[in-house]
Amino acid sequence: MEPSLASYLALSGILFTIGATGVIFKRNAIGMFMCIELMLNAVNLTFVAFSRYYGDVTGQLFVFMVMSVAAAEAAVGLGIIIAFFRNRLSIDVDDASLMKN
Amino acid sequence: MASTVLFYLFAGLAIASGISMVYHKNPLYSAISLIGVFVALSCIYVSLAAPFIAAVQILIYAGAIMVLVVFVIMLLNLDEDKPLNRLRYLYFVGGGLGLILLVQTFFVFYAVMRAPNHPADQTKMVGRTLDLGSAMYSQYLLPVEIVGVLLLMAIIGAVILVRRLSQPQLELVIEHELEQEHRKR
Repeated sequence: MEPSLASYLALSGILFTIGATGVIFKRNAIGMFMCIELMLNAVNLTFVAFSRYYGDVTGQLFVFMVMSVAAAEAAVGLGIIIAFFRNRLSIDVDDASLMKN
Repeated sequence: MASTVLFYLFAGLAIASGISMVYHKNPLYSAISLIGVFVALSCIYVSLAAPFIAAVQILIYAGAIMVLVVFVIMLLNLDEDKPLNRLRYLYFVGGGLGLILLVQTFFVFYAVMRAPNHPADQTKMVGRTLDLGSAMYSQYLLPVEIVGVLLLMAIIGAVILVRRLSQPQLELVIEHELEQEHRKR
């Protein structure tokens, strides 16, 4: 017997929860970036599980799209992190307060 | 039976790696834990009859994106994450958000369990590369083209962001203005 759709959704929800709390608890920009990647992966798991249980290929295609967007996000996000480090010599998000006052 | 055991094995591995990613203060340990999550999810995709997505998961996430992340961590020579002392209320915000999302997860779990479940059709296999490729280049041609344009824009944007200014005297002018602004205050 195969695990039901609900167990895949529960796994996806737990991974998303870990990612969402990690974004708040992490202080450095790279840690937050990795937590966002974890949340994207949790959503991908939901797409693939629904694709399996409804016999439709669309879910897997959109996983492919999400992966492409994640790759673009990695390139731009790490570029921003490097530019930020060059100006502030730190990637702590608390130091990114130039516009605060 | 075997698929259930494998599901619980890889689900446990994914959750443990995810918790270890958030727990570790050293960014490099977090990155290695995240690779563990990606590999476990890839094994789950194989059990969901999606071999192409599993291969792409390893290639793009564990291969390309994590190499980029580890490269940046090594390049910037990051030290350990500082403990958060200034923003103590973030503990409560994060804990509350996690609790709400967890409750929502279990609500979804019970709602789907109570719904009339229809098991997956074992004979129907949609995850083959042939099916994905033919759908990608006939029915979903426009989204694929849009993703291509998006990747091109991301490459150009990353190059422009990381590049130093071509006129060094411009940086001097900006620094001078910032200094004057600072003195005025």
